[in-house]
Amino acid sequence: MKDNVVLRVAAKILFAPIILFGLYVQFHGDFGPGGGFQAGVIVAAAFILHALVFGLEAGRRIFPLWLNLVLLTAGVLIYGAVGVASMALNGLFLDYNVLADDPAHGQHLGILIVEFGVGLTVTTVMVLLFHAFAGFVPERAQADAPDGGDAG
Amino acid sequence: MTTVLLNIFLMLLLVSIVVMVMRTHKLFAVVVLSGAYSLICAAMFVNLDAVDVAFTEAAVGAGISTVLFLAAMAVLPGDEKQTKDSHSLTSSLTGLLVCVIAGGVLMLAAVDLPAIGDPQAPVHLHVAPRYLAESDAVLHIPNVVTTVLASYRGFDTLGETVVVFAAGLGVFVLLCGATRTARRRVAKPKLDGQEIRDEG
Repeated sequence: MKDNVVLRVAAKILFAPIILFGLYVQFHGDFGPGGGFQAGVIVAAAFILHALVFGLEAGRRIFPLWLNLVLLTAGVLIYGAVGVASMALNGLFLDYNVLADDPAHGQHLGILIVEFGVGLTVTTVMVLLFHAFAGFVPERAQADAPDGGDAG
Repeated sequence: MTTVLLNIFLMLLLVSIVVMVMRTHKLFAVVVLSGAYSLICAAMFVNLDAVDVAFTEAAVGAGISTVLFLAAMAVLPGDEKQTKDSHSLTSSLTGLLVCVIAGGVLMLAAVDLPAIGDPQAPVHLHVAPRYLAESDAVLHIPNVVTTVLASYRGFDTLGETVVVFAAGLGVFVLLCGATRTARRRVAKPKLDGQEIRDEG
């Protein structure tokens, strides 16, 4: 689809607003519908749109595999770290009340960070899945057979 | 009244989509129709005032799933394989029997369910009143869904996140074969263009 000028221009214009909307859904989840799961999918949609229009190579260039795997793990770790942090502050696991002076502020902070971790994981899983499916070559899977390898 | 009529209309749309999915053998059409199915489900959730669920359904079910199915379809043949006895009378009758029994059991169970939005339903009497009262007044977070998801039920959401993480990683390892043994066996150019050669 790289040759279609309408798609290319539309994808370029839409890329930033989609991510902006994803961030809005992410950090406005306390007040309106939304949260980490939805925002993660929306942000991933921007990267998938980019990869669909400009090709998988370009998609991998702006979202490389190592970054994808690092952020994937970071999302879960951020979530767990909030729980460990609240334990370190003499609270229970994932008890946000102790994260700030005021329990209400602690809850706000905890929910914000936790939702961010969820969003990060969902975004990276979706992009990872799309890249894996789009880059899947059946021959490569067959080449994994013991005698089919052309090593060397 | 409008809610009921809208629900009936959406349900009829769902049924017609299912019939279309059954009648077509083009996988592309099946994928697109399943996306439409999810979108109509999202509309039904909005109708039930479950905006957060509708949002998720529209983004995940209608959006990403369709794209992932299409990406997976690129390595599949375009048509569903036809077996010889797929339209025989016995297989149709067996399917009909299973559907009627399962549907009948579900309808029988649905009679015992409390009415939608009934404040005396057991689910609304246990911890829900505390969440509803506390979320806005004490914690100043108007969206109770977020408070329940991230705070009151934070441990469950941690589990969900780990499930998403593990599932994504599992599919990645399966499709890309990025395990150490596979890389050692096939010293091929890796996905991001790097060359790994450890066998000389």
